[in-house]
This record gives sequence, C-alpha cells and structure tokens, in this order.
Amino acid sequence: MQVSDRVESVPPSGIRRFFELAEEMDDLISLGVGEPDFSAPWSARDAAIASLERGETSYTANRGKRELREAIAAHQSRKYGLEYDPDDEIIVTTGASEGLDLAMRALVDPGDTVAVAQPSYVSYVPGVKFAGGEPLPVPTRAEDEFKLTRAVLEDAGAQEADALVYCYPNNPTGATMTGEELREVAAFCREHDLIVLADEIYAALTYEHDHTSIATLPGMRERTVVFNGFSKAYAMTGLRLGYAMGPAEAIGAMNRVHQYTMLSAPTTAQHAALDALENCDDDVADMRDQYDRRRNFVLSRFAEMGIECFEASGAFYAFPECPADDSQAFAEELIQEKKVAVVPGDVFGAGGSGHLRVSYATGLDDLKTALNRIEEYIS
Amino acid sequence: MSSRAEILALLRENARYSAEDMARQTDLDPADVEDVIAELEADGVIAGYQAVLNYSKLDDERVRALVELNVTLDRETSYADIAERLAKFPEVEGLRLVSGDYDFDMEVEGDSMSEVSRFISEKVAPVPEITQTVTHYVMESYKERGIEFGDGDDDDRLSVSP
Repeated sequence: MQVSDRVESVPPSGIRRFFELAEEMDDLISLGVGEPDFSAPWSARDAAIASLERGETSYTANRGKRELREAIAAHQSRKYGLEYDPDDEIIVTTGASEGLDLAMRALVDPGDTVAVAQPSYVSYVPGVKFAGGEPLPVPTRAEDEFKLTRAVLEDAGAQEADALVYCYPNNPTGATMTGEELREVAAFCREHDLIVLADEIYAALTYEHDHTSIATLPGMRERTVVFNGFSKAYAMTGLRLGYAMGPAEAIGAMNRVHQYTMLSAPTTAQHAALDALENCDDDVADMRDQYDRRRNFVLSRFAEMGIECFEASGAFYAFPECPADDSQAFAEELIQEKKVAVVPGDVFGAGGSGHLRVSYATGLDDLKTALNRIEEYIS
Repeated sequence: MSSRAEILALLRENARYSAEDMARQTDLDPADVEDVIAELEADGVIAGYQAVLNYSKLDDERVRALVELNVTLDRETSYADIAERLAKFPEVEGLRLVSGDYDFDMEVEGDSMSEVSRFISEKVAPVPEITQTVTHYVMESYKERGIEFGDGDDDDRLSVSP
C-alpha cells in the first residue's frame, strides 16, 4: 500500500538501531533509557486500582476530569507561579507528547517555520512535519552548556520563524536555564513575534536552581503554551498522562483536534495523576534526591576518567564529550565490546554530534558497573 | 541538605557504600565522608550497622515474637528501670515504650518456639512490675526496615528509548 509522502519524509528515529543492538545483548547495562527506573508512587497506583474497582472506566470530559485540571492549576501556581484557568486554559493529554502534537496541528499552518532548539527530544521535528510546517534546527552549543541564547537563535535564522519549541530541563543534555537566561530568549520571541512551545516535562528535576517557566516572564503568557505531565517527575511514563496550559484560544484549538482524535486521556491514569498531585510530593522529592546523587556520581566518575562533561543540572541525563571522533561508532562498539548502552548525541539533531547521552535513571550498582566498563573500554 | 543528613540518607539506603562512592554521590572528599561518619558514630546517632535478613530464606529459621507487655509503676520504679532490666537479655532484639493498650512492645528472637516461650514465662513474666504479657509469634515477614521481601521488580523498560 502506498504510504503518504508526509510520513515518507520522516525517517525512523536513529534511536531504533541502538535499541535493536541492545536488545540482542544479554547482561547489558543500559544507560540509554529515557524514562525513570522507579515505579510510580504506590499511592498513585493504589488510587488507579481503586478507581477501577469502583468501575470508573468511562470517558472523561475532553479536557480531562475537572478535579484534575483544578489540581494541576493549583500545583503549577504553587510550584512555578503559573496561573491558568482550569476551565479553558488547561487540557489533559495522553502524555505531554500528545499535547505537543496537538499544538503543532492547532497552531502551525502549512509552510510555517518552527524553530527547534537542538539537541532535542526526537519527536519535535517529525511533529512539525506531520503538521505541514517547516522545522528549523537551532543548534545550541557545548560552550554555552547547551542553553538557548539570542546568538544561537539569530545564527540559525529563527527571527524568520513563526514558533519556537524547546525543552528545559533538557533531554538529551541535562541542561537547564535560569529565569535570567530565559529573559533573553523571551525578548527575542517578543521582538520577532514567535509562539513558544515550552516543554517543561522535566521541571521537577532540577538540581542547582528552581525551574522557571518562560510563561511567567513579561509579555510571554499570551504567546506560550507550556507542556508538562506525570511521566518523569512521578515515574508514570506508561500511564501516558500529560497536560498543556496556555491562552484559551490555543487550548481551545488544541481541544478541537483532541476531541476528534483522542476524545479524552486515559481515565485510570487521570485518577492516578490526581492522587499524585495530592499525595506524592515526598515521593518526587525522594526520587529527585536519588537522581541528584547519581548525577554527582556520574559527573565525578567522568572527571576521574578525563572525559569532558559540563555540569548537567536537570532531568536525568549527562551529555559528555565522546572520547572517540565518531560517536555513533563508539556507542555501537561500547554495546558490543562492553555491553553498555549509551545514545550518541547526533541522534538528537544538530549540535549533538561528538557527545553521548548517558542516562542516570539506573540504580547506583548498575551505574557504577557501567561506568567502570566505560573506563576499561577507553583506557 | 547538610553533609551529615546526606551521609545518613546514603547509609540508610545502603550501609555498605564505600566512602569513595559516598563522596562521589555527595560531592565531598572521601576523607570528609569518613569524618562525618566518625562524628555520627561518636555522637551515638549511628548506634550500629546490621544486615537486613529474610529469615525464611535461611536453613535454620529463627523464631521471632512480638510481645505486648503491661506494667505497673511505683515511686521507686520507672519505665526506664523496667526497660533497662529487659533490654539486657540477649533474646530481646527490640524494645519500645508505646502508646495505646499496652506499655512495652518487645521483639524477641530464639532458636525455637519453646526457647522463646520459656524465656517469656521464666524471665519476663516473673518481673514484679510486669502485670501481663501477650505473645505474638511472627508467622511470615513481608517487609523489614523498609525493604520488601519477594522477587523484586524486574526492569522491564525498553533497553534504549528517546
């Protein structure tokens, strides 16, 4: 059967090949996983089970259960100073990924240019293309610790773009941006009238400073859609639950696509999410502390090995320089020779080559063994 | 978190972490980690280190019992006096003063049920201040000191994911 040109134009993710290589190996330790190694807090799982016992298996409102939207609004206000009306400025989605797809489809017209800060999560560029837009890669630089700056935006020609999508704390680099650093990005977006799609899925996982949302900066709320969810902070990836917050017209348009495609996000997951917001602050703090210790461990081991690595300060990734010239070949050999999986940075787009994404969402024992194996391999 | 609190959190997670690994996780020098631990030990915050055992996996399974104790106090005898007397017995693994229907919650361990029973009837019950004992033998343990027994969760994540 003939596949559409639109889909043909999007190659499969470069991650796929490493996944296949890794799957063939026994006793592999993977530092290539983009999700928490914890299970969701038991309280949230228990709430999901209880909702099933009560027989709550129907659709919910398109935008998500009202109590959940209220809890999200209160949580975002308390944690990040974001103020959104649960009635018409918040939509609960099937993972933050669905929210991003909805935003692309609801806000991007064919031929619109969407600047994509890179290295980035692998879905943004395909998302733009599926919506008929033109992605414009904006490579961030190792010397800027992979932060977005006015200079990299200008160098990439983002002043001509209609929208900007980025993610901080960042996957794959672990970079974060302070409020002060975001000001310059905000000013650029106001000057050149860009919509901002701010993926804040890792907002709860910062280790050096609190997360700032760009939507809290002057003149930004009206041009920003913020994406967040339960996957990373609450270790609920498989429950597929996220949300988007933005001006009513944007969320309304996204909801129109959502109505005709998803209808509503998974009901069981919404029950888990509501409990997560009400009862799981301590679980999140505990997981964050454990990630932070592993982060220190990984950074200190890289320093001992003489591998250059900037001080990643968010999410659960370090992004060291690859000790060999060809990061793809290095990562392949590392799997085959030492049974350790990492992901080469070029898989994540412009600016990522020459680096490796090392996920520390892995227990300390495995982390330690894997880093020892890397050390053996490079010496 | 202070380095004291961080080291404590790590030791509670795994008391066998080496000083080097704790240092790497907390951004401290290994020597500083050793100093903090020595201080915690000297202050009596850390009273000891023990393995958490799943007795059911042992060939010689130990018998454990939780014993509720009721006591009467008089002018000369305090809770602490009774506790001190009981705690000296090596059979007593744990002893806590608790609120509620009884006074002391005592954990006793022995090689056999008869040994534990004899200890309760011959050594504990005769203590003049103790008015009542209720012994609960442990039949099965599912979780000890925060560690769940069982097969554990397999890592069923995709080995590489975006």
